[in-house]
Amino acid sequence: MTATEALVLPDVDTPDRATRSRPPARRRVGITVVRGALAVFFALPIVFMLISSLKPDLQIFADLGSWRALAPVGDVSLDNYTGVFDRVPFWQFLLNSVVISCATVVLGVLINSMAAFALSRLRWRGRGFVLTVILATLIVPFETLALPLLWWVNKLPALEADGFSLAFTQGWLNTYHVQIVPFIANAFSVYLFYQFFSSIPRELDEAARVDGAGWFTIYSRIVMPLSGPAIATVSILTFLPAWNSYLWPLMVIQSEELRPVMVGLQYFFQLNVSWGQVMAYSSLITVPVVALFIAFQRSFINSIASSGVKG
Amino acid sequence: MTTRTTAPPRQAAASDGTGQHRPSRTLKGERTAAAWMISPALVLFILFLIIPIVLAFGLAFTNTRLISPRPGEFVGLDNFAYLFTDPVFWASVRNTFAFALVVVPVQAGSALLLALLVNAKVRGTNFFRTVYFLPVVTSMVVVSLLWRFMYEKDGLINQFLGRVTGGAYDPIDWLNDPVWALPAIMFMSIWQGVAFHMVIWLAGLQTIPAELYEASEIDGANKLQQFRYVTWPGLRQTATLILVTITIASFSLFTQIAVMTQGGPLDSTTTVVYQAVRTGYQQLQTGLASAISLVFFAMVLVISGIQRYLTRERS
Repeated sequence: MTATEALVLPDVDTPDRATRSRPPARRRVGITVVRGALAVFFALPIVFMLISSLKPDLQIFADLGSWRALAPVGDVSLDNYTGVFDRVPFWQFLLNSVVISCATVVLGVLINSMAAFALSRLRWRGRGFVLTVILATLIVPFETLALPLLWWVNKLPALEADGFSLAFTQGWLNTYHVQIVPFIANAFSVYLFYQFFSSIPRELDEAARVDGAGWFTIYSRIVMPLSGPAIATVSILTFLPAWNSYLWPLMVIQSEELRPVMVGLQYFFQLNVSWGQVMAYSSLITVPVVALFIAFQRSFINSIASSGVKG
Repeated sequence: MTTRTTAPPRQAAASDGTGQHRPSRTLKGERTAAAWMISPALVLFILFLIIPIVLAFGLAFTNTRLISPRPGEFVGLDNFAYLFTDPVFWASVRNTFAFALVVVPVQAGSALLLALLVNAKVRGTNFFRTVYFLPVVTSMVVVSLLWRFMYEKDGLINQFLGRVTGGAYDPIDWLNDPVWALPAIMFMSIWQGVAFHMVIWLAGLQTIPAELYEASEIDGANKLQQFRYVTWPGLRQTATLILVTITIASFSLFTQIAVMTQGGPLDSTTTVVYQAVRTGYQQLQTGLASAISLVFFAMVLVISGIQRYLTRERS
């Protein structure tokens, strides 16, 4: 993983890179101009979203034909945001998404890393077979499983706590856990942890064994504390799809109080669309992730890059 | 992919019978520990991955409904027979292939160009990489909705094109035109995803040793020759991976369709996954939806098999 880190940070002047010549000045200017044009291409729609979220619908439409569409000028206010808060229980949606994403990330890191530890560090019969099966499932897209899974979770028993009495009910539809539990075990996360653990020297295990440490202690006190980069990668690669998930909650959730933010967006584009409010809601659910991305840029980029060095 | 750890010689020595007592005890402890540590993941994999896969195969041959008091009955190949005579299903297969056929090469190619551009030793690399990456961290639902607005007949894109062409351009109603709806969605999808693969190409580029570039420079190779004989061979593995991941992602096209067009106009944008969801969720026909899922899975499997074959290492 340290190799990956060096790989994807082109700004770091490693000695062998420094020997590569910089392009001549004219070329540098050319490259920067092209880069700048592309930056506009990629950023413009997002800037348009943020700017439009501050304007009433009439103003948005009036500004479309000029530079004003991309500038906070005219009738600028936070009215769309207050409109959003009036129209949907935004904080509830946000809380749901945070709970679902964080639970999936935390449980996913824990369970997948333990599995990877057993697969890479411990000797037991059937290990090779289990690993092969887990890796083979990497090729199955979630979309293939979504419909059979929908039928299946509707058959699963659920333990419902009603006050102090417990009762079994049928079907996982319309719950928190149906949005979390199916996504905890993840073949790709197991694979990433497995790869990383294999790079940690086994001498550390041996030394700890001599000192009388059990396997779980070795996992939690030695291997995991050394696995920061892998934990970051798995967390990000679990968090993004969990936060962005749309298809699954759309199918399994009916009640408003369990809905995550992405499905909440539906309220705004189905009946009498107010584009100002759509943009405000979109900005509200995009800005936190963009802020996280900018704050943890290195980890984000490295996660994606390390997903590429497999194979 | 390696599926086996190389056991260090020390462990092998410990288990081949030197010192009868301790190794057998530790080995047993190791197995118990392994069982405890792997079983949570294993149970979840079986429940939410293996069983649904098996179910997809089983349900595809029944008329099971999502919510129904009656259990499904075995109907043999009826679901498949129905699908193959359904023009909407064929439209969805065609659209899915058309989407993949355009998006896979264009997105992979533009991602490589972007990576080369970002990799150039010019100031501002970090900044530009971050900006290009913004659409990737924006959710596809948000992106689809935003572009739906920009694609409107009097929307931002048409206004811009009208400006640039000085009024000569006759506005296209992008998403309501059967000819233009799918290309419009292709364009947007590439805009959203291209930087993701740019980063993967970048990681590949950085693994090419600088000495190779120096040597080729000394030999008098120009930039194009350098790319052809140094860069491209070094990116082989990355290329295979990118090809496979973009293909699977573009075959799974759903969110854009659900948010922007609902398959219309005139089924010109419906896709296999969109049909599966519509059948299984809105029309509650789990059996038929499982059949669609199976066809989808077979498509993905065949295509990635072909790709692996075509990009295999020739020795």
